Amino acid sequence: MAGIPHDHYEPKTGFEKWLHTRLPVVALMYDTLMLPTPKNLNWMWIWGIVLTFCLVLQIITGIVLAMHYTPHVSMAFDSVEHIMRNVNGGWALRYIHANGASLFFLAVYIHIFRGLYYGSYKAPREITWIIGMLIYLAMMATGFLGYVLPWGQMSFWGATVITGLFGAIPGIGPIIQEWLLGGPAVDNATLNRFFSLHYLIPFVIVGLVAVHIWAFHTTGNNNPTGVEVRRKSKAEANKDTVPFWPYFVVKDLFALVLILVIFFVFVGFMPNYLGHPDNYVPANPLVTPPHIVPEWYYLPFYAILRAITFDVLFLNAKFLGVLMMFGSIGVMALVPWLDTSPVRSGRYRPAFKWFFLVLVIDFIVLMWCGSRPAEGLVPLISLIGAIYWFGYFLVILPVLGFVEKTNAVPETIEADFDAHYPPKKD
Amino acid sequence: MIKKTLLTALVAFGLGLGGTAAYAEGGEAHVKDYDFSYEGPFGKFDQEQLRRGLKVYTEVCAACHGLRLVAFRTLGDEGGPQYSADEVKAYAAEFEVFDPELDDTRAAKPSDKFPKSGLETAPDLSLMAKARAGFHGPYGLGINQMLKGMGGPEYIASILAGYTGEEKEQAGVTFYENTAFPGGWIAMPPPLEDELVEFDDGYDNNVESMSQDVAAFLMWTAEPKMMARKRMGFLVVLFLSLFTVLLYLTNKKLWAPIKRKEA
Amino acid sequence: MFVSTDSDPQGTRRDFLYVATAATGAVAGGAAVWPLINQMNPSADVTALSSIEVDISGIEPGTQLTVKFLGKPVFIRRRTDDEIKAARDLDISTLRDGESRNANIEGDASDVNRAMDETGEWLVMIGVCTHLGCVPLGDAGDFGGWFCPCHGSHYDTSGRIRKGPAPENLAIPLTSFIDENTIKLG
Repeated sequence: MAGIPHDHYEPKTGFEKWLHTRLPVVALMYDTLMLPTPKNLNWMWIWGIVLTFCLVLQIITGIVLAMHYTPHVSMAFDSVEHIMRNVNGGWALRYIHANGASLFFLAVYIHIFRGLYYGSYKAPREITWIIGMLIYLAMMATGFLGYVLPWGQMSFWGATVITGLFGAIPGIGPIIQEWLLGGPAVDNATLNRFFSLHYLIPFVIVGLVAVHIWAFHTTGNNNPTGVEVRRKSKAEANKDTVPFWPYFVVKDLFALVLILVIFFVFVGFMPNYLGHPDNYVPANPLVTPPHIVPEWYYLPFYAILRAITFDVLFLNAKFLGVLMMFGSIGVMALVPWLDTSPVRSGRYRPAFKWFFLVLVIDFIVLMWCGSRPAEGLVPLISLIGAIYWFGYFLVILPVLGFVEKTNAVPETIEADFDAHYPPKKD
Repeated sequence: MIKKTLLTALVAFGLGLGGTAAYAEGGEAHVKDYDFSYEGPFGKFDQEQLRRGLKVYTEVCAACHGLRLVAFRTLGDEGGPQYSADEVKAYAAEFEVFDPELDDTRAAKPSDKFPKSGLETAPDLSLMAKARAGFHGPYGLGINQMLKGMGGPEYIASILAGYTGEEKEQAGVTFYENTAFPGGWIAMPPPLEDELVEFDDGYDNNVESMSQDVAAFLMWTAEPKMMARKRMGFLVVLFLSLFTVLLYLTNKKLWAPIKRKEA
Repeated sequence: MFVSTDSDPQGTRRDFLYVATAATGAVAGGAAVWPLINQMNPSADVTALSSIEVDISGIEPGTQLTVKFLGKPVFIRRRTDDEIKAARDLDISTLRDGESRNANIEGDASDVNRAMDETGEWLVMIGVCTHLGCVPLGDAGDFGGWFCPCHGSHYDTSGRIRKGPAPENLAIPLTSFIDENTIKLG
């Protein structure tokens, strides 16, 4: 393993040696916690801890909620209200779980855009990036499945529309859709299996997260300069890094708790702000709510789905929309091979910075488009947004690597750090 | 069947969006931003108002609507109308419920829930204050809901006080003009009129005042734990803020030698 | 890293800050655990049923009403004079279980300690056999009381175990009269 050289755990007492020869669990924890971490990491590197916290929070509150929830069409809605009204502190657990999903997605988006800006996806971190994309897809699935469980109007019609996406696949689509639903339409079989999967997938995510962490602990963290830690000797590595514990644990905890303050402002004072009123109406297969919108974290991709209103060759608009939606995540996953620039960090790429800024704005505009009725200028803006999204990954990044004149990159992480925090002259 | 469901969904979601757009921006429908006592981080339910609202509900709304998720016993809970155990018992006994063990109806007990809607077309009101949003926009940015709240109770109060007196008949159904209802015409006949309900303490019983009372009561039925929630929110935010400050100082101190600064 | 040395002039202050932060974190963690435990306690709709009122005006002497209370059957029997006499004439030293098994009255298993009122007209018991939890039948068994069909336990007209494998008398829950026609359980 071409890791960064650092001190390793040495079992000292008899018991430590006894355990170490049988199960080197202390060594694993030591190496994980004492990982040499670039000392110039900025505040955009805190989101990994926030995400880990969210995953644990969602699993714990979810298990607890499952003790009171009933996945049956005639009882699901009422069992959620039972949690809200009768279960001790149930209202708090549910609101934390519901808003926790939003925090989870907010964190994952910032985490992904951090990676895109600082080139964290570039060699040798492609596997970390791909695993991350898989985690993101699993999160999307889990979030969608979970939103169906309260069995409100948005749950039901959201499930109908999203599973309808699979029905758009030419030929086998309807068969797949029926298989997913367990019947001709969203019904009890659907709810029951969605509950099962909503419970299962988070544990798959735990496994993926372990691999994600394993991967970047092998390559070492990226950092704002994109310059690798010097790893010829321990002494050299120590000039570029500090151990994760306690320096980054405390730093990340500070950021996490600050974010939790804002999170609890939502939970305590506006718990339904990010939800939709229609989900407090029990599911009714005979009446569709006037305005179906997904949760905010799906909106950019939903906008791309709706942006396609025309047929191309033998592909009809519906199927094309679905392809574009999944494709927009697919191109993101391929970015390690699309970005041709020799410079890793966006900090030293003057032209890239602007294209990246536009990408972030594009993402937010698409999010807004997804929440709006598809009328007036909205479809046009969505289409332009979708084109830029694909253009950024498929055209701008490959071409920019060849034409861009980049700025000077610091020699070492230490040099970058010293530029910010100059050494004292004695 | 799949196609049909899908079609319904897609059509509804294509057409429906257009339908909402008109009122989403606050065009024709007008929801008044009433001041309720429970608004803001320290707002509390006005116990007297909840009791008046319950009276309006009992004497007027309950004729057609139900509160099937609300148990009578919760009328005695802290943070609600907080009636005494005997008052709750006496109130519950005014209602008949079906008991599957007796296979017959009997007088309701505090552990029972309010009856369902008696009229098929009348929606259940338990969650109505959270199932409607009175405020939207501007331009889908959600700023109004951030500042004024979701506006469920405001919507209810505005509907109840929003009748103009105009009627029209369409396909055999009478519609009543209402300034707060999306589309402007509602099937529910005006339920309130001035002095319809008499309050024991002689409180103002004009339509607008009663509308607010019953809207506040329905906010409570929709969110009975709101007081506990705000209390928890306040304590957690306070405690975590303190923790943040401590972590900030700890972090600063910890990094000082690395950043070569005075601790 | 968190250990200060004696030569560190700021040691005490630094230590205090670290200890305060760690302690606050511990409190936060502890506070977060409580709701996870408390949610498993009986919910409000369940505790609301921990006390019920039963209308006994329709019960004739020699008959019993069985109501469900806390998930178990409760026998409310209005005993006849003969049943009361049979229960009270017994020499309690012959009983297998000499305890009253009454949540309202502690003492020996005499009928006075088991009946609800002084006259002994009302007997209220949890209808669960103390052997292995079956529900005994009324007006049955060798002693004119209750008989458990599962393993053949015989209870007398005071619900005391007389014959068969059961170890204890039938248990009596918390009871009280609200008025002459209403009994409160729990």
